[in-house]
Amino acid sequence: MNGLDARVPGISPDRPFRGRVTTFGALSWSGFRRYATYRQATIAGSFTNTVFGFLRCYVLLAVAAGAAGGRAAGYDAEQLATFVWVGQGLLTVVSLWGWTELADRIRSGDVAADLLRPVHPVIGYLAPDLGRAAHAMIFRFLPPLTVGALFFDLYAPSRWFTVPLFALSVLLAVIGSFGLRFLVNATAYWLHDARGPITLWVLSAGVLAGLYFPLRFLPDWLAVTLWVGTPFPGLLQTPADVLVERDPAPVQAALVALQALWAAALLGLAAVVQRRAEKRLVAQGG
Amino acid sequence: MSVITMRGLRKDFTVRVRTGRLRREKRTVEAVAGIDLTVEAGEMVGYIGPNGAGKSTTLKMLTGVLTPSSGEVSVCGLAPVPQRTRLALTIGVVFGQRSQLWWDLPLRDSFALLRHIYRVPPDAHAARLRRCRSLLDLDEFLDTPVRQLSLGQRMRGELTAALLHGPSVLFLDEPTIGLDVVSKQAVRSFLAELGATGDVTLVLTTHDLADIERLCRRLVVIDHGRVVHDGTIEALHARYGSRRRLVVDLDTPLPPGFAVPGADLVSLEADGHRASFDLLSSSAAGAVVAELATLASMRDLSLVEPDIEDVVARLYRA
Amino acid sequence: MGELRAYGALFLGQWRSLASYRASFAVDLATNILGAVLDVVAVLVLFGATRTVAGFTLREGLLVVSLSSCGFATADLVVGNIDRLKTYVRTGAMDAVLTRPLGALPQLVLMDMPLRKGLRVAVAVAVLITALRLNHVDWTPARAALVVIAPLSGALFFGAIFVASASLAFWWVESGEVGSAFTYGGRDFTAYPVPVFEGWFRAVFAYGMGFGFVAYQPALTLLEHPDPLGLPAGAGFLSPLVALVAAGVAAVVWRAGIRHYRSTGS
Repeated sequence: MNGLDARVPGISPDRPFRGRVTTFGALSWSGFRRYATYRQATIAGSFTNTVFGFLRCYVLLAVAAGAAGGRAAGYDAEQLATFVWVGQGLLTVVSLWGWTELADRIRSGDVAADLLRPVHPVIGYLAPDLGRAAHAMIFRFLPPLTVGALFFDLYAPSRWFTVPLFALSVLLAVIGSFGLRFLVNATAYWLHDARGPITLWVLSAGVLAGLYFPLRFLPDWLAVTLWVGTPFPGLLQTPADVLVERDPAPVQAALVALQALWAAALLGLAAVVQRRAEKRLVAQGG
Repeated sequence: MSVITMRGLRKDFTVRVRTGRLRREKRTVEAVAGIDLTVEAGEMVGYIGPNGAGKSTTLKMLTGVLTPSSGEVSVCGLAPVPQRTRLALTIGVVFGQRSQLWWDLPLRDSFALLRHIYRVPPDAHAARLRRCRSLLDLDEFLDTPVRQLSLGQRMRGELTAALLHGPSVLFLDEPTIGLDVVSKQAVRSFLAELGATGDVTLVLTTHDLADIERLCRRLVVIDHGRVVHDGTIEALHARYGSRRRLVVDLDTPLPPGFAVPGADLVSLEADGHRASFDLLSSSAAGAVVAELATLASMRDLSLVEPDIEDVVARLYRA
Repeated sequence: MGELRAYGALFLGQWRSLASYRASFAVDLATNILGAVLDVVAVLVLFGATRTVAGFTLREGLLVVSLSSCGFATADLVVGNIDRLKTYVRTGAMDAVLTRPLGALPQLVLMDMPLRKGLRVAVAVAVLITALRLNHVDWTPARAALVVIAPLSGALFFGAIFVASASLAFWWVESGEVGSAFTYGGRDFTAYPVPVFEGWFRAVFAYGMGFGFVAYQPALTLLEHPDPLGLPAGAGFLSPLVALVAAGVAAVVWRAGIRHYRSTGS
């Protein structure tokens, strides 16, 4: 390990690639550490996610019980219960709600300091966000899922590649969600106040990502349109569907590929938006 | 007539302290550990102490924000917490680091709102506002939303807001914190003028001892939740043996083994060309200077009054 | 009298503040309409995927959810922003509230009443009227009264839940989202017939905390639908009583909280 690189992020002329990797790692670790200090908020949040897990789980199970053959929209009871508890856990991992850091920094003008760093701003926010997600995976995903497993029958995946594919899908979900959040926050560069777009995002993300009900409950044409035409299902619905093996293996893999396309597109878009914002910032002097 | 009385006033907080990886322990912190104090009508009292000494906690118990753990407290004959809303009508409060103004409204609108909240007759309100406007130069920013005001402007607004209902006691928690020199002076001279009328009792906490020297005859020093001094600034100096300092610049160094009665040598600098002495409280500076003149020829001299900051710093350390 | 005028002035003050953020207000308004519509759509979608939910048809379910959201939306409009108490406590802004000559709770409520949420009440009432027309209700004076009383009791009940869970911040400043498990969680619980839930979870929420009497029991009474869980037909009329008890508990918790308040900061 080149210890120097970690202390002087980004400045390593001899080995640029390795330097970037260590910088990225250090930034991610800082994100992890930061969220590890919010212990009480972690406990409070897990409690709330668990209560909502019970509520949503019972509702979906009642729906399945009333449906023909005990299957609703192609899910059996175990799959639905797993869908709910995985969703409650992932909710924080993909940070579906409440990330206003960039918008706040833009409004206060602190964002100018980001431009002084030798790290691209999009990367500079993505790396800590991945660290945050890793923390959430341990402390916000597992607790509700454990409670769910204690009180409900959950679905155990049968295909050997399902769990690794799920891990990849979660990673892509975090990146996709980051891209969206970055874009929503970046509206603050142009609007005086980004609260409007952020509220809109919070509202639509929950429904369109499949938090309130699996998107398969919608008519097929609508579900497909959402999947292909918007990045939202990739935030929650896809990872959950992958884990409960809702579809045959090829479809399972195709959904993750679609997620990857969206994630790449959103990151690219974020970079473009950031470049335009910087030009504007420079021209107007903040 | 005493406006404020505290008898055995205490406030304990329980805090959880991490003692191990998972273990936590409850610990009781005495923020205020038994204060007895009386303030007479028209007094101006300065309340000082290091961070965490219990100044703000005391002030918050006096204003009805915090419930005391034990002891008695009365302000204007009222018990602050049970009679909070009645008390609020007779006191004014300025918390230096918190705003009581409406963030998005211009000062003018905040003042109008406060008139309704405190149910002040319109003409009395107008008269007080007029006085504050001229004394604090509010006119240039009366129509600016509070969020756009500078700290100094905001503080002038806060002072006005606290006085519009004609309170008989004004509590100020660090009113000059973070202000620039000009704003500090404006706030101080305003408060001095207010205090000089004798209508308002003034209690202020501060870290800036210049506030106290300028405003308060009476100084209360609090440390670890207890009153360690209550009296005038002179009494503080006398009690802690503050001494005036004499600094002399000499053409020739003092002879070795010299002694000056009534003064202790503190330091010799510049190869013995500059000497500093602490004067004993009984000795006259003139006599000491005359004595020194017989030992070496003097070029310049200065007499430094005891510095209150030094005294207080010594007090905190003790 | 003077006190009332003082509260009125406080209320108008936040109106004037709003005017300085006109664009945001418009966006907020739009998102609130969208939110209200989505709440109903979520229930429709779930019922659409099946024939009955725990023995209740879509129409019956619609009556339950509309009674629940009338109560919740009203409470949310009036006292919903009390959940910002934790911010006030953390930043110490609560100090300013406590040094004014007015009650702390009414001040907090009036200082930023989210008027845009009024739209949600309107949507909820519209859905309630629709649900009443879709179902067959055998109208008697008692049932007609219940249609008015139940949403009002629901509002009082949810108001109590809002205040009680916000008070948690007096003891636990970092309580974060815990309060919403009971406020928004309570809304979600009352949006469905109680037999949807099971076991101890149902017992705690429906009867222990009283959420069963917000929408479910009144809906059963209106529809003359026997309670699969065995409470008598008139149990819906208990809803004001349950709400009053909840309000009493919330008042006690709030007062204890104010006494326990430890103003942070210097």
